[in-house]
Amino acid sequence: MIQAETTIKKGIGAYSTAPVINIKGLYKSFGEHDDVLKGVDLSVKKGENLVVLGKSGSGKSITIKCLVGLVKADKGEIKVFDTDITALNTNQLNAIRIRIGFLFQNSALYDSMTVRQNLEFPLKRHSKKLSSKDVEDAVTEALESVGLSEAIDKMPSELSGGMRKRIGLARTLILKPEIMLYDEPTTGLDTITSREISELILAIQKKSKTSSIIITHDMACAKLTGDRLVILKDGVIEAEGSYATLEKSNDDWVRSFFI
Amino acid sequence: MVISLKNIFTDAGNVTLFTARFFKEVFRPPFEIKEFIRQCYMIGYKSLPLVGITGFIMGLVLTLQSRPTLAEFGAESWLPGMVALSLIREIAPVITALICAGKISSGIGAELGSMKVTEQIDAMEVSAINPYKYLVITRIMATTLMVPLLVVFADGVGILGGFVGINIHADVSLFRYFSQVLSSLEFLDIIPATIKTFFFGFFIGMIGCYKGFPAANGTESVGKAANSAVVAASLTIFIIDMLAVQITDLFF
Repeated sequence: MIQAETTIKKGIGAYSTAPVINIKGLYKSFGEHDDVLKGVDLSVKKGENLVVLGKSGSGKSITIKCLVGLVKADKGEIKVFDTDITALNTNQLNAIRIRIGFLFQNSALYDSMTVRQNLEFPLKRHSKKLSSKDVEDAVTEALESVGLSEAIDKMPSELSGGMRKRIGLARTLILKPEIMLYDEPTTGLDTITSREISELILAIQKKSKTSSIIITHDMACAKLTGDRLVILKDGVIEAEGSYATLEKSNDDWVRSFFI
Repeated sequence: MVISLKNIFTDAGNVTLFTARFFKEVFRPPFEIKEFIRQCYMIGYKSLPLVGITGFIMGLVLTLQSRPTLAEFGAESWLPGMVALSLIREIAPVITALICAGKISSGIGAELGSMKVTEQIDAMEVSAINPYKYLVITRIMATTLMVPLLVVFADGVGILGGFVGINIHADVSLFRYFSQVLSSLEFLDIIPATIKTFFFGFFIGMIGCYKGFPAANGTESVGKAANSAVVAASLTIFIIDMLAVQITDLFF
């Protein structure tokens, strides 16, 4: 693995050295000849934004899906908040999941619900003691934080790609997660909207002190949001470091991501 | 051949596990009452026009088709009773269930399949919400309750269709028609036919959910889920009907 020095970006703020996510020797295969992850080791410190790069099919999305128990790992240890989630039952896993926000590639908004209902849906199920005014306030606050208060009564089909991403973000933020997982947050968006989403990711990190894993192919997003970058190749971490150091790597393959 | 046999057994195992999960989770809180009521509205109320029109036509056509044969034996007065019995015991339950298999089971299969493909089911799971409880249990409960009600509605409208059919060739008052219908009916005609409709409803919902819920990625799987839900649900309706009639025949 190509090692490079990790730096803390200016203006983002220092993060603790204790890892909130610690993955060791993660293996996952789909069938006998389809090994996707072949021993991934990964850690994310509190308050840190980790960007995961890699070619399509290199196992980036599978890694974060293993992290929330959507995909069951074959082998390896996945520690989130110092708890190995591979050994948990559904209820214990759900207690961890509430503390993790997941932004899906296609936003995964519930088609049959309005934006308001999309946001209320997780909140009402996990905070049953909240009054309807508290719920309304939380929805308004979440929408304001992504700058889309006016879309509250729209259906997901009436929203643009960028708006859907923002609403998806608002829906995860409403539960005030400590960890955010972004699966290609800027894919399919124009350059300006991509930048807005990247800035939003930074703002969330700053405001809510979240630790994040950002999977992306968008190097502008990686440069703006990433405190540290890792590059996956054939199911293992091939390179790790800051944007600046990896950009000047001696390895041609690593450098090819930055061209 | 071996692979196809293996697939059949795997499928049977998966259906059993899926059904067992339903009975395990249906009595456990939290109960998604609002979603259940919404599904009852979508499945029951929105199917009323289709079921009503079909029921009316079945009653009318059955009367018109049966009339010449009965007239040959001078038994036209049996027509209301015969139409009512045929509708209540067999035609209305099976035809309504088949319509529901086409409309509801495929709808559930396609809806859940597309939710799976667009990661909406995964989104529920990662936000620590049980998607099986919210999506599957509510839909199965709604079909189990609504299909029998739709069948009762189809019975009523079908009998009314019979009245219209009789009055095309004769002049029979509504009161006289219904007197003849009710005098020919017994509880034993109604109860076993109604009980089997609960099973129809349960399997219409169960098969739709089973086909849609674990759909693979890709839009092709949505079409497959909808299509195979209709085929499997229709076949299951005939099998349940056959078993129900055999059991009724044994005991009554």
